[in-house]
Amino acid sequence: MPDTLLFAMEATLNGLTAGVMYALVALGFVLIFKASGIFNFAQGVMALFAALTLVGFQSGQIPFSHLINAMFGTRLHHFGWNMPTLLAIPATVVVMILLAILVERFILKHLVNQEPIILFMATIGLAYFLEGVGDIMWGAEVKALDVGLPKGMSMAVDEMTFNWFGYGFYIDRLELWAAGIAAILVASLTIFSQYTKQGRALRAVADDHQAALSVGVSLRFIWVLTWSIAGIVALVAGIMWGSKSGVQFSLSLIALKALPVLILGGFTSIPGAIVGGLIIGVGEKLFDFFMQPIIGGATENWFAYMLALVFLLFRPQGLFGERIIERV
Amino acid sequence: MLYREAGDFKTSYVADSQTFPIKFDRYGYYFLLGFAFLVVPLIINDYWANAIVVPFLIYTIAALGLNILIGYCGQLSLGTGAFMAVGAYASYKMMTGFPDLSIIFVIILAGFVTAAVGVLFGLPSLRIKGFYLAVATLAAQFFLIWLFTRQAWFYNYSPTGMISAPTREVFGVPVTGPRASAVSMYMICLCFLVSLAWLARNLTRGTLGRQWMAIRDMDIAAEIIGVNPLMAKLTAFAVSSFFIGISGALLFTVYLGAAEAGEAFGIDKSFLVLFMVIIGGLGSIFGAFAGAAFLIVGPVLLKLLLVNTLGWPTDLAAHLEIMIIGALILVFLILEPHGIAALWRTIKQKLRLWPFPY
Repeated sequence: MPDTLLFAMEATLNGLTAGVMYALVALGFVLIFKASGIFNFAQGVMALFAALTLVGFQSGQIPFSHLINAMFGTRLHHFGWNMPTLLAIPATVVVMILLAILVERFILKHLVNQEPIILFMATIGLAYFLEGVGDIMWGAEVKALDVGLPKGMSMAVDEMTFNWFGYGFYIDRLELWAAGIAAILVASLTIFSQYTKQGRALRAVADDHQAALSVGVSLRFIWVLTWSIAGIVALVAGIMWGSKSGVQFSLSLIALKALPVLILGGFTSIPGAIVGGLIIGVGEKLFDFFMQPIIGGATENWFAYMLALVFLLFRPQGLFGERIIERV
Repeated sequence: MLYREAGDFKTSYVADSQTFPIKFDRYGYYFLLGFAFLVVPLIINDYWANAIVVPFLIYTIAALGLNILIGYCGQLSLGTGAFMAVGAYASYKMMTGFPDLSIIFVIILAGFVTAAVGVLFGLPSLRIKGFYLAVATLAAQFFLIWLFTRQAWFYNYSPTGMISAPTREVFGVPVTGPRASAVSMYMICLCFLVSLAWLARNLTRGTLGRQWMAIRDMDIAAEIIGVNPLMAKLTAFAVSSFFIGISGALLFTVYLGAAEAGEAFGIDKSFLVLFMVIIGGLGSIFGAFAGAAFLIVGPVLLKLLLVNTLGWPTDLAAHLEIMIIGALILVFLILEPHGIAALWRTIKQKLRLWPFPY
């Protein structure tokens, strides 16, 4: 088999696993968009915030220690104990749920009935606010996140492909795990929204706010619920991305990577988020692989957007989105 | 007592439809213009020019441009940073390619180049709208910045990848490069700002502006009453990009002097200008001024307070600044979704009746 084909196949596989990571972030967007019609720009920062909080709990950092030190001249840093991962994750989930409640109480409640563009800008404001809060709470330095997930080259894949093609593919074990976790996440979200009372209420709100209100669904509770779920999805994405490349500011930029995924898959479709993520992941790896000699590297910065842009011209609602109907 | 339209008789349509119909406003405006052109150049020093005044003037131009697109035509754009970069790089290529061309023309031509690029990236707006369009403009943001950082022709194959502005003169006074004085930097930015603000005001109250607003309020209805959406949207993109391109060219040539696309014109610039427009007030010329002033002066004041007065570390102050800006945006959106301009309008309304409540 020619080498180029093998390399292209490897790039495709890597693209698939990277696509799963994008899809993880995109999932959070879809959930909130479906339930409240808000395009939540803060999703990426929520992932960063969740990962920061997790690391902070794990290493026993004192929240706001920098601020306290600057104000009172003290030298606080750590509580002096390490929290086990199994305890730190639920603690972070609690923080994300608290965040959801606060967001509903202080922002969403006041912005009912505003235009979508105002709500969108509010989430940009929230993104800035959370970014600042995260940095002040836990410090801005790059942190390593280790929750015990395996990392490094997957020997099994390497061996298997070596036996088949005489060339071992490099796949990160972490990304294989991410694929598995994403599958579990999507399955449980689907089961939740199809078979539980709250899940049905969620879909009712997504369908029509007023009709849902009139049959007695509490809009505020559903909003807190969706934002909590989005917070948990953000935590999962934060754990995955954080284990991969460290917890740092650039983590919040994955939100920007998720946007073209959403465009491709459609804003309202969970399977769309997955498929869109895979298409983008594979597309940008292959494009970079073939075009790098011609136009230079780092094309993954914009390839996804250009793909989305071209795609939008032909199918504005995305692959799986609901048809956009305009009435006067 | 002064702020009244009573007794101020208008005897012609021109007088009736002027920008400042109330005498007090009109004189205030003349006074401000006179102050900006005659008094400020005498008292301005390097610190004031570099920290507050020049960035304020330049960002106001960008905010005016974005306000035309978002506030008047309702097309959301997140590509402002990249369009500013187009203006900067266009002016750089022209300054180095045609050394004899006057800097004034270079900046205006850079605006036209940006307008052309803006129209190109505005084309998708005919098919898509809202968030989808925002993502399409993000494509412009990332693609253009990649182009300027990776394709060596744009930065004249300089080894650092930076572009730096050579010295150019207007009437024998250097306005760009290291020899430019605070006064000359201030004056060139002010002249551009005043003429562009005048242009924006008159465009937005004319036929074109009304078409934009019709498209913003309801595009299908606008189409039915005979507004051509193709023309309206593309002109909005062109005019807006023209303004933004000029502000980018000024930012690079006059203010920064040397720039690197990814750093100086990243997506954070897009958001900064967007915030100016939101906080200032969508669909208002005054809003662009107010928003830019707020977001330029606010951080400087905050830094003065936290770092110089309280002695906090700079990184902590920077984080606090991000947090406060985010919170301010939320507060503004909740309390006054239409920004400082709406606040100003309410104050003026109250002033006209003062001291009576009705």
